[in-house]
Amino acid sequence: MTFPAGPLLSLDWVLLVAAAWLALGIAGLVYLRNFRVVARILFPLSSLGSLALTGVALTAVVQNPQVAVLPLGLPDLPFHFRLDALAAFFLMLLGVASAGISIFAAGYFRREEGTPPGLLCLQYHVFLASMLLVIMADDAYAFMVMWETMALSSFFLVTTNHRIPEIRRAGFLYILVAHIGAIAILLCFGVLQANTGDYTFANMRAQTLSPFWASAAFLLGLFGFGAKAGILPLHIWLPEAHPAAPSPISALMSGVMLKTAIYGLLRVSLDLLSTPLWWWGVVALSLGLLTAMFGAVFAAVQTDMKRLLAYSSIENIGLLVIALGLTLIFTAYKMPALAALALIAMLYHCLNHAVFKSLLFLGTGSVLHATGERSLGKLGGLMRFMPWVGWVMLIGIIASAGLPPLNGFVSEWLLLQSLLTTTTIPNPYLSMLVPIFAAGVVLVAALAGYVMVKFFGIIFLGQPREEKLAHAHDAGKLERLGLLWLAAGCVLLGVFPVTVIEVIDPIAVQLLGQGLAQSGRIGNWLLLAPVSPERASYSPLIFLLVTAIVVLLTIALVHRLYHARIRRAAAWDCGYPLQTARMQDSAEGFGQPIRQIFEPFFRMTRQLPTAFDRAPQYKVSVEDPLWQWVYQRIANLSEAISRVIGKLQQGRISIYLLYSFITLIALLFFTQV
Amino acid sequence: MNIEGVLAQLTEMLVALVAAPLLTGWVNMCRAWLQNRRAPPLWQPFFLLHKLFLKEPVIATTASPIFRITPYIVFGCMLLACAIIPTISTNLPLAPAADAIALVGLFGVARLFISLAAMDIGTAFGGLGARREMFIGFLAEPALLMVLFTISLIASSTSLATIVSHLSSTELKILPSMAFAGVAFTMVSLAENARVPIDNPATHLELTMIHEALILEYSGRHLALIEWAAALKLFAYSCAGLALFLPWGVAAASDHVALLFALPVLLLKLAAGGFLLALIEALLAKMRIFRAPEFLATAFLLGVLALLVHLLLGA
Repeated sequence: MTFPAGPLLSLDWVLLVAAAWLALGIAGLVYLRNFRVVARILFPLSSLGSLALTGVALTAVVQNPQVAVLPLGLPDLPFHFRLDALAAFFLMLLGVASAGISIFAAGYFRREEGTPPGLLCLQYHVFLASMLLVIMADDAYAFMVMWETMALSSFFLVTTNHRIPEIRRAGFLYILVAHIGAIAILLCFGVLQANTGDYTFANMRAQTLSPFWASAAFLLGLFGFGAKAGILPLHIWLPEAHPAAPSPISALMSGVMLKTAIYGLLRVSLDLLSTPLWWWGVVALSLGLLTAMFGAVFAAVQTDMKRLLAYSSIENIGLLVIALGLTLIFTAYKMPALAALALIAMLYHCLNHAVFKSLLFLGTGSVLHATGERSLGKLGGLMRFMPWVGWVMLIGIIASAGLPPLNGFVSEWLLLQSLLTTTTIPNPYLSMLVPIFAAGVVLVAALAGYVMVKFFGIIFLGQPREEKLAHAHDAGKLERLGLLWLAAGCVLLGVFPVTVIEVIDPIAVQLLGQGLAQSGRIGNWLLLAPVSPERASYSPLIFLLVTAIVVLLTIALVHRLYHARIRRAAAWDCGYPLQTARMQDSAEGFGQPIRQIFEPFFRMTRQLPTAFDRAPQYKVSVEDPLWQWVYQRIANLSEAISRVIGKLQQGRISIYLLYSFITLIALLFFTQV
Repeated sequence: MNIEGVLAQLTEMLVALVAAPLLTGWVNMCRAWLQNRRAPPLWQPFFLLHKLFLKEPVIATTASPIFRITPYIVFGCMLLACAIIPTISTNLPLAPAADAIALVGLFGVARLFISLAAMDIGTAFGGLGARREMFIGFLAEPALLMVLFTISLIASSTSLATIVSHLSSTELKILPSMAFAGVAFTMVSLAENARVPIDNPATHLELTMIHEALILEYSGRHLALIEWAAALKLFAYSCAGLALFLPWGVAAASDHVALLFALPVLLLKLAAGGFLLALIEALLAKMRIFRAPEFLATAFLLGVLALLVHLLLGA
């Protein structure tokens, strides 16, 4: 390795951050059981590393691609790394989200949890570093090594509380799906290198594949990365693994790790394969819409707060894949300006989802520690006992519901604008179909609002449903810092969209050859106008300011012209004298209308009380039908096949010797021929 | 932005503040006449608001600050909505801040807050109202957006000012897509404004109410602001409907004479629209809550149909 002469490049700084993270992880091994050092020193330091990464990545977005070859790994097969605009953007996303998550984790982890703190610290930092290096990898070998390191380290993190059997089960399901996906990605790279034997991405970019092989590579990539991202029907591990993992890990997995899969999809479909076919876009659009609808509908009927968020992540991944589909379609029809709009909507949503979903997962972590409850039916009224977490989560749910003026709305708005421009596609069937996708997206967005009201209302509002909730304590100082960082992200990304798009724009230039800024179409700093000001514009800052001014003016006027008196009394409730906390709407009750409308899509088992029950019970459980339709069948099939093959296994040594003999004869025969 | 624009903007907001309760009063008057009752005076809603502002609000001991801030936020959202819909003039400095999609988002913010406030006290009615409100909202919002998409494809813009000036400059003719969109929009407006056949603003029965269940715990100035906001919402929807489907009479950017005529024209159109609303309410019965999905799904499908008709026929 030759050390660069002169000042360090951005790429060197990024690798230094990875090295620093690994060093922190190893330091965790040294202080294996010293909780104080690990939590109070190592995790905050790691957060500083994330901040440095964010800074470096921000400068790297506009720089020319930088490459490095490190003599790691096998002899003659060094690791290639490359820092271009696309990688820099995802590094920034990693930095922004992990800065908040690490500082929260510093205050979050408790002594009594399964894995010793030092080991947890090692796994956590290996996970961070492997995500960083996946994004930086510039050859298939380095990519796959890092990808697998990422899967393994996150598997150990998911199974932190490995003494609980369900958590072990969730972990195994996760690692299984991750590996099936990894095989597909490996095959995808195998197709991409086009028999040259050179697995660097530079070589793959240079190859031009026939439409058949290009499509094969795309579909393999979609399958492989889809398994990681949670695209239907490979989403099943998400609702199991997210509730099992400790909250900062869920935040990191949902906020950042799912985005590495999106990164991989973008890298393969727009960078390594430079000429997409239009039907790839249709496949992505359809899968994305199915995934988004499925996620939204299932999120609405969940009763476990972390499962609910996991389904909401599936929904958001669906929206991202829809945007990817649009980008591919526009690129295939040589409409780079519109493709840039769709791509920017996608990248913006990646960033938004990383921020608000991390925030929500961390908030559930605080709730979990304060109450010990994950089930929505046993929470309630926490706004009074945990005001910090409550207010920050309110910001998170507004962002996640896709409402103005926060960040979720901006990307949703861009996505809808991009869908509305599809009528210009020269293919009449497509141009007619795609606005129908807009209808689906709108339905998903409206359901997201429903889900978020349920989530926040049941946890934080109303009266506590259990006695013990009254002793719930608010989050500690470090946890608050992490939550505030991410909440500030939600607000700033929402209020200054033009600044954010200026940062994202170079990626569109890199991948599509054209961005929005060149044609001066972002708008000025105040007004976001991605196509033209006459066509559509949105200004969250004005929006926020005018609403705030009206609110303040109204408060002042009403108090001045009339009075500001207020009286506190018991709730009225139409004058019913008996009110208990159990009469509030439950999580099951809140999801009931959705269960009723979408009944055919669920597998429901219901137990209703009869009029003569001494102790009436109501039970309902909603299951994922895909378990039954897809996975159960695959499991049955593989069991049947193994039963047949199992007949070979006789358990007598003479039979096995016979097998060896037959094999030998067969091989000799083949060599003769 | 120029001084004329600022004046037009302020006028429009003031007109909305005054005209919205009057519109509610007018609908109540018409409905009373149709039901063969003696009608309350047109300005009855103002008396009500004044009375409520004078009263001392009683707040449940379990209420969080969200409960107290919500009436102001909802009021602010509705006033902003009225400010960005071009009713009198298309030269509005606030109009570029939010287009049709952001307008739907604005209504979404108000709905989110009022639902959260209803859940805040922790009564059975509050949660029920919040659930039903979000339920209606999740069905109505897509239908509304489909209507707006159809119109924005016709005008090739989602900016409300551009849509209105585009539509009012074309000659008077009925486009089939607009007809579908108009019916869908009317249905959504009925649902969103808690009107018959989805909700009945005049009942307090457990099985029937949606909007009233949401605001059951509000009193005094908070209730006044919510009532005013509800009137503003009805006004905003009526104005949006008029601006999108009958845009003639809205003043263009630099047309002083038209600006003078714009207000009387608007009031006339609103009076006719209000009478129509009262007529619908007098003729229809409220439907069961579980029929609401069918009603709104019909609106959604009409919206999709409008979009398809526009794409297929280009009209």
